Amino acid sequence: MIELTAISRTFLVGGEPVHALRDINLSIATGEYVAVMGPSGSGKSTLLNVLGLLDRPDRGSYRLEGIETTTLDDDARARLRQIRIGFVFQTFHLIPRLTAEENIELPMILAGNPPSQRKQRVAVLLQQLGLTDRAQHRPSQLSGGQQQRVAIARAVAMEPSLMLADEPTGNLDRASGSDVIHVLEELNRQGLTLLLVTHDHELGGRAGRLIEMRDGAIVADSQTAKGVHP
Amino acid sequence: MTLADRLTFAWHALSAYPLRSALTLLAMAVATSSVILLNGLGDSARRYVVERFTALGTHLLIVLLGRNETRGGPPPLLGETPRDLTLDDALALLRSRVIDQVAPIVVGEAPVQYGNRSREANIIGTTAEFLSLRQLDMAQGRFLPPADPHWAKPVAILGQTLRKSLFSGEAGLGRWVRIGDRRFRVIGILGSRGQAFGEQLDEIAIIPVASAQSLFDTPGLFRILARARSLAELDKAKQDIESILQVRHEGERDVTILTSNAILGAFDKILRSLTYAVAGIAAISLVVAGILIMNVMLISVAQRQPEIGLLKALGATTAEVMKLFLAEALLLSLLGAMTGIGVALVTLDGLDRLWPQIELQVAPWSLPGAVVVAIGTGLVFGVIPARRAAQLDPVVSLHRM
Repeated sequence: MIELTAISRTFLVGGEPVHALRDINLSIATGEYVAVMGPSGSGKSTLLNVLGLLDRPDRGSYRLEGIETTTLDDDARARLRQIRIGFVFQTFHLIPRLTAEENIELPMILAGNPPSQRKQRVAVLLQQLGLTDRAQHRPSQLSGGQQQRVAIARAVAMEPSLMLADEPTGNLDRASGSDVIHVLEELNRQGLTLLLVTHDHELGGRAGRLIEMRDGAIVADSQTAKGVHP
Repeated sequence: MTLADRLTFAWHALSAYPLRSALTLLAMAVATSSVILLNGLGDSARRYVVERFTALGTHLLIVLLGRNETRGGPPPLLGETPRDLTLDDALALLRSRVIDQVAPIVVGEAPVQYGNRSREANIIGTTAEFLSLRQLDMAQGRFLPPADPHWAKPVAILGQTLRKSLFSGEAGLGRWVRIGDRRFRVIGILGSRGQAFGEQLDEIAIIPVASAQSLFDTPGLFRILARARSLAELDKAKQDIESILQVRHEGERDVTILTSNAILGAFDKILRSLTYAVAGIAAISLVVAGILIMNVMLISVAQRQPEIGLLKALGATTAEVMKLFLAEALLLSLLGAMTGIGVALVTLDGLDRLWPQIELQVAPWSLPGAVVVAIGTGLVFGVIPARRAAQLDPVVSLHRM
């Protein structure tokens, strides 16, 4: 599914080069549940951005489902993001003026899907995530947990094969946090490849595979007891 | 993404900041309506003048003494032109095949008296042809009889206002009035014509040309009105008049010939350019409104960086983000223009009712023009903010909260 070979990414901060990623080699199989942990500045966010095709590595090769992405132009990368990758952010990133329903519909609108098909898919997603009675609410009228569930619904609207979650529970209390994790894990059980970045050791421990990063390099990569789903 | 979806998205974005959007829209509406209004007023004034002029007849020629062109040599020592236009000059013009009617005109001012009432009035001395040349109509009685123009018959035709002030309730027809030191019999009353370019036809008295010449003791004419058989023969008529009078004036080309067509053309041109000039000044406000749109859009792009990052994460291409923000600018300017058109139409309609003498109408091309200009303004001033939005780095903008 994901094949990273010798990926490097360097930023210039105040004239000094900062090596956010150094020579990363990583492969992730379809359906895996991977947690990436590490202190701030360890490069885990940069890794997520590179995997999500939001950022370009300076060197190396990144193959996503057999497609070499580093040579693609911006438009081709945007299209790949649109159909293959779903994002969940710590701060939800819902558009405040749109209702829950409209937020979920957005990726399908951008993709140019016909309205009737969009409405159908939104209805299914609302039901799956238990948000049907919240469809007409705006983000400000929803709890944090509900907002993150709307964001998850939006992320899977286009039926991607890879889900990237950046501290998905970081802004949530314990109860809604575990609620959101259960939703993500359920999606993973249905075959979605899940990669989540977290500080939370308990959360990291739940994943089938735990990757630890430090100073832009992978320092540990271990299969946990749960293993890879068949 | 379809155009309808894009516009819906833009509409949501604009309604998220109702006050800001409404004020921008207002600026655009004021600019559009002022352009349309000024165009409409200018164009209506032009049409009014042209209509009034056309009513005077478009194939008339007016012969004046004197040439308004510079000639070599020293200026004449005595007076400007030594020779008068005479009644026989006027009659000679009928020798041209292309001229069908001629009316000599003498103009003067004299007191008109009836009983103990007296009134200073403009007196026009002319012939029977004047009636049809100036397209006048009679309220009562008849006009000057078609007779030898040299015969100073003591008859007069009065304008409506003059009749009223002399006779008040009486009809006046058949009475004898005194004009200057002569007596004239009133044989007709002119129909009311209102005002046409300074000549207050309601306040004049018309007498035979020979009577006027002896009344004012002048052998010359003020001018000669002539009519060409058709509009096409206007130029030929002008040449004929020139050559006939040149021969009669011993080779001197000492007259100026105006065609009502040329005067009309000049008025039309002047009023047209005046309209354009005024509308051009109003168009400056369109540019101001455009800059306002750009400003508001730039603020919007700055505020919505996380949203733009999200759109890119959801697969929006650079071009798509650009189109989304262009749609917003376009929607702002179009809605503004529509409001402006509405305001202009209502205002013009109100003015039209308030001021029924002049028919006030929107210049026909100014409505599609306004829409095109609005679209242009939206696109031109939307490009910079839209480009800025499209070029944002998704990683950076996603983390701007």
